[in-house]
Amino acid sequence: MAATRSKQRPVFVVDGARTPFLKAGGKPNAFRASDLAVAAGRQLLLRHAIDPSVFDEVILGCVMPGPDEANIGRVVALRLGCGKGVPAWTVQRNCASGMQALDNAFRNIADGRSELVLAGGVESMSHAPVLLNEDMVGWLADWSRCKTFGQKAKAVGQLRGGHFKPIIGLLRGLTDPVVGLSMGQTAEILAQRFGIDREMMDAYAMQSHKRLAKAQDEGYLSEIEAIYDTRGTVYDQDNGLRRDTDMASLAKLKPVFDRHFGLVTAGNSAQVTDGAAMLILASEEAVQKHNLPVLGRILDSQWAGLEPSQMGLGPVHAMTPLLDRLSWKLDKVDYWEINEAFATQVLACVEAWKDQDYCSNELGLKKVMGEIDPATLNVDGGGVSIGHPVGASGARIVLHLLHVLKRTNGKRGVASLCIGGGQGGAMAVERE
Amino acid sequence: MAQQITEQPYKNWRLERDDHDIAWLYADKAEASANVLSADVLEELYEILSQLQRDRPQGLIILSAKRSGFILGADINEFTTLGGQADAEALIGRGQAVLDRLEALDMPTVALIQGFALGGGMELALACRYRIADEDSAKLGLPEVKLGIHPGFGGTVRLPPLIGAPAAMDMMLTGRMISSRAAAKMGLVDYAVPERRLKDAAKHLVLQSPVPKKAKGWQAWVNHDLLRPLMAMYLRKQVSGKARKDHYPAPYAMIDLWAEHMSDPRRMMREEAASVARLVIGDTAQNLVRVFFLQERMKALGNKRDLDVKHVHVIGGGVMGGDIAAWCALRGLTVTIQDRNHETLARVMKRAHSLYKKKLKLPRLVMGVMDRLIPDIHGHGVAKADVVIEAIFENIEAKQGLYKEVEPRMKPGAILATNTSSIPLEVLREVLAQPTRLVGLHFFNPVAKMQLVEIVRNDDTDAEVVKQAMAFCRHIDRLPLPVKSAPGFLVNRVLMPYLLEAVHLVEEGVPAWAVDKAALDFGMPMGPIELADTVGLDICQSVATILSQQLNVEVPQRLKQMVDSGKLGRKSGQGFYSYADGKKVKQEIDKEYVPPRDITDRMMFRFLNEAMACLREGIVEEADLLDGGVIFGTGFAPFRGGPMHYIQERGRDDLRRTLENLEHNHGGRFKPDRGWYDGND
Repeated sequence: MAATRSKQRPVFVVDGARTPFLKAGGKPNAFRASDLAVAAGRQLLLRHAIDPSVFDEVILGCVMPGPDEANIGRVVALRLGCGKGVPAWTVQRNCASGMQALDNAFRNIADGRSELVLAGGVESMSHAPVLLNEDMVGWLADWSRCKTFGQKAKAVGQLRGGHFKPIIGLLRGLTDPVVGLSMGQTAEILAQRFGIDREMMDAYAMQSHKRLAKAQDEGYLSEIEAIYDTRGTVYDQDNGLRRDTDMASLAKLKPVFDRHFGLVTAGNSAQVTDGAAMLILASEEAVQKHNLPVLGRILDSQWAGLEPSQMGLGPVHAMTPLLDRLSWKLDKVDYWEINEAFATQVLACVEAWKDQDYCSNELGLKKVMGEIDPATLNVDGGGVSIGHPVGASGARIVLHLLHVLKRTNGKRGVASLCIGGGQGGAMAVERE
Repeated sequence: MAQQITEQPYKNWRLERDDHDIAWLYADKAEASANVLSADVLEELYEILSQLQRDRPQGLIILSAKRSGFILGADINEFTTLGGQADAEALIGRGQAVLDRLEALDMPTVALIQGFALGGGMELALACRYRIADEDSAKLGLPEVKLGIHPGFGGTVRLPPLIGAPAAMDMMLTGRMISSRAAAKMGLVDYAVPERRLKDAAKHLVLQSPVPKKAKGWQAWVNHDLLRPLMAMYLRKQVSGKARKDHYPAPYAMIDLWAEHMSDPRRMMREEAASVARLVIGDTAQNLVRVFFLQERMKALGNKRDLDVKHVHVIGGGVMGGDIAAWCALRGLTVTIQDRNHETLARVMKRAHSLYKKKLKLPRLVMGVMDRLIPDIHGHGVAKADVVIEAIFENIEAKQGLYKEVEPRMKPGAILATNTSSIPLEVLREVLAQPTRLVGLHFFNPVAKMQLVEIVRNDDTDAEVVKQAMAFCRHIDRLPLPVKSAPGFLVNRVLMPYLLEAVHLVEEGVPAWAVDKAALDFGMPMGPIELADTVGLDICQSVATILSQQLNVEVPQRLKQMVDSGKLGRKSGQGFYSYADGKKVKQEIDKEYVPPRDITDRMMFRFLNEAMACLREGIVEEADLLDGGVIFGTGFAPFRGGPMHYIQERGRDDLRRTLENLEHNHGGRFKPDRGWYDGND
């Protein structure tokens, strides 16, 4: 397998841009998913002397596009002015949809099917659909057949309170339909398995906020482009950051998934947010032809499956074969991005690679993988502080990892996510 | 569909018969890109209708063979060569007779409308039994009132019974354009259908021949004898808020016509013809027709083909810059708007969005334009733009610094333009590697309403660039006017002395409302004092100061005092008037007050005198263009045909003597310009 891969063409990341990630607080935010992807995409396109119509394709990851956004990839491509001739599609692998889009772009370029691809991820979780339940849908079907006043009056009489109970799409989406666990409950399972206590996860959450605060102050987040709504408001930073977070305030929060006795709280979980991240991927020929800059190179990627109830460990299942194929030891990797779906889940991934039992029984290794240096992992914060718009995060972490390598003159990086339903995805990048 | 049986050939029409025995009549005016109902077109139509009356097809469908739309209206050129009332009445009567014959055909008749159906074209459609409109392209209207007349081919007679008096009168009094969907909703057309179904729909109407549409309910009742006087009173009151009867008699004539004659259509036809004939030979209509041709002339100054433009970059997100950017995006261009401040850009997006919502209504269309308007804090757009427009604050160093940074990054051959209103191009361009490329694109506020753009150039400005700048104006549907780079250019220069004279009057104790009233009575769209408040007194002061350095203008003390004490006009809540939430607070008016006898002359003669000076100095190339520029840039009473036309009509020597009297009474600022004495032609 490694032999065939090496024959493939190199794939470069030219540049990328993302929107600030905006907290979803009850009411829908000002931007629908396609608005966000267009806002990020048009700023990215503005930076480069290429016409949007030269792309071979546009690929967008998104879990829950709005009702007016069927094949949101195509909607965004057209709105960006790519023109009718640029095909566009949408990919969905839950929390890794953005990385899936990059992976498809990467593979198409490596295979020689594409030269230049616009790819990324987007999610407007605040616009997640709220649905009518099936009783109500049935009632409406009957109602539309009522002709006389008498029939209508009778139908109205059959309405019950239960008819009006909506289905909250977001909550259903964050629940595994096979094992019947919410994502938070899978995190509780990992906490219990690796003995991660409340203090450890709160400390990790606090660190995430502190790191993001520093990154904002130092101007490390240059991939963010401000977005403007139609009411005169500008958003230029991730607004989920809580600079005043401390252990005491985190300790006050109640567990939300295993009520009463659990450990996972809103404070040590990823924030529900809206956002988009868009990247330009190119072959060597395209880089030369259009005189494009290069931010870095995508070397390889890996997907893996595991027990849905332990989906948070997905990253170790994806990263283990990836590193093996690249013959990278842990210390060869300068920086890591493991998406923070839950503080405890990132900590569990670190623990799993140190755990002899897990490494041999679950990963089929003879020895433990080793320990990721915490100073190289999620150095500028992650989902807990920045937020995790599910379709967008995969693209964000790859883009930001490249920016971290650029800033630090680093060479190699690995980005990975856990995926609801029991999967993991990982991508290896390199800078010359 | 087989429509090949071509019958006898006409010059302006094409008649075909299909296999259902339906006659299809294509309007196709010879040697013209658009259909108008000129005398020869109407004559032929009369012949064709007579022939159809004999041939008796199943029905008649009238449509256009032109891509430009259905029929644009009467031939306005014919308005300028009318001999007198009788001549005009005969011409109109002939048109009425043709449409009467169309209405009297005893077969189903359908007007199939794509694109514009305006004026006489709309009236032709009204004389058909049915109307079908293309749901995307059709635009319908009776805009005669904008030319100082009202419909004359039976439109005032046929429209009220069809859609009811309230809608009919609104349509004719405002002259507004109606979209196809709105037309279907109000009953103006029978169906609005997609292009692919137009012909099927027309055939369906001919073959099924349903009962023709008519206004129902209260819409119809208002046409009743008992209700018309009441409604007419209400309408007159509405109209009086918009236009004065002595300036614009047409809307009043229209209301009278309807109120007095709606119950007798035969009589009403004759009265309609007489009324239009009276109006069309009057000064107002003749001057408005003149303005129409001035507008056509200015449009023709720019040729879209001289410039290929897709992307415009605007620097400076203030009201002007932001509105220019928003307008360009609305006209279909990709626009980047650059400013150093995020909040400023956010305000641009907000203003643009409310403009688009008003203009486009459909969310899908609004989204499309918003996607083309790109806030660009980093200024990346410079390198991609075909036109770069600088609209930052009026400061020489700031502008020069910006040009130095921008010029090397621009695409080769892109236009670099400034929206400056007061700094000479020759100063700004000093820092450029190619100084002759800089051109002024001077827009007016509010950009979405004011059609004029002054194209400011020096003698050595690259002629190609000037041509492209004028072409750019056509791409964004504005009227270009080339002007010399001299203080105030044309519009601000003629406005400023007039405005300052108004301030002098207030200084002398004349109440602001009386000053404004005098100007409104002359026909200005807004009083000069309110205009000064609206523009901002600080801006007035700075423009006046710049002008005073080179021209015969003194800046009244009053202006300086007010600016110093923070009274800046509308934006500060206090100027000559008080404002609450941007609206003028109503003030007491002393009905006993008698203003000075020469109040109007003092203001208007400074205006006219400065216009004369501009013409003599060659700020604008000729009198007609000056008139057009002043009308579309200042709103100068259009029914007076423009300042130079006004001078000519009133008699140059008479007016000069008035000016000499004013100089005698009020001093040197009224000294007649040399132009008043030059070559008495």
